[in-house]
Amino acid sequence: MKQLKAFGEFWYDFIVGDDWHVAVIVVAGLILTALLTHLASVNAWWLLPVLVFAALGWAVHRATAHYKS
Amino acid sequence: MNALPLILTVFVACAVEAVEALTIILAAGITREWKSTLQGAGVAVVALAVITAIVGPAVSYLPLTPLRLVVGALLAIFGLQWLRKAVLRATGFKALHDEASAYLKEVAAAEAASADKRHGVNDWYSFTLAFKGVLLEGLEVVFIVITFGDNQRNVGAAALGAIIAIIVVAALGFALKAPLTKVPENWMKFAVGVMLTSFGTFWGAEGAGVAWPGNDAALLVLVPVVALVAAAYIFWLRGRQATLRAASTSESVNA
Repeated sequence: MKQLKAFGEFWYDFIVGDDWHVAVIVVAGLILTALLTHLASVNAWWLLPVLVFAALGWAVHRATAHYKS
Repeated sequence: MNALPLILTVFVACAVEAVEALTIILAAGITREWKSTLQGAGVAVVALAVITAIVGPAVSYLPLTPLRLVVGALLAIFGLQWLRKAVLRATGFKALHDEASAYLKEVAAAEAASADKRHGVNDWYSFTLAFKGVLLEGLEVVFIVITFGDNQRNVGAAALGAIIAIIVVAALGFALKAPLTKVPENWMKFAVGVMLTSFGTFWGAEGAGVAWPGNDAALLVLVPVVALVAAAYIFWLRGRQATLRAASTSESVNA
């Protein structure tokens, strides 16, 4: 059980890393893109890049927000 | 698509990981015993080759659209992780990876550990240290080789980039007999982060059903735009870092 937990933690750390919000934003972006493309017939190629840029900004902001001037 | 961007991306990613693995190998080999260290590194390379040989072709049997969706998501998440760290390191919010200090730390640990002969290996500590170091650093390379290679239906070209990087870094390391401290690791990680994020975004969106304007040529715009956005975050954070330093200096002067 302990080894299974360590195995899971290794892969979580390997893929998701320090900020899980990034993974959530990317997955949500892909779901939204698929919904817009298939259900609303909108070729939403622009959506994922915008969310990826936002995810990076959010991640670096979160990592540095505790440094107060 | 041309195989050159694929080979170059894997080459740079693999070179970064190889530099880190080399530091561990040198620490174990120089401090303790070369034979056991090289045995450990060799077994890890074989394990990585087996993983690539099994998982690579298995993944290529998956249909391209769902493959691109899943691999795109993984690559974008993975790439953003690299990019986040590279941005934080470039702005001083995270310490730069220092191969010299990593080497000294490994040397101190290796000198303190006792000698132990097991399973026909003269020095079990050197063997396991080299094995773990090469396997863990190599897993990231395997991930990139398989995801990039399978998506481009060209695992061979991706593997070629990785092999060239390993040979170049190993040759430099063994010629110098010292960790490669002059390699601009953070900027290489920044470049790999840009490539992983761009390709992940491109393939992920394609897998979700979009048609990119200009098809594959969209990548020629996406890659520099991702680099520019990440550079803009560096610029913004450097401004913040300067403000923080100025505030802390004026606080210490006032105190």
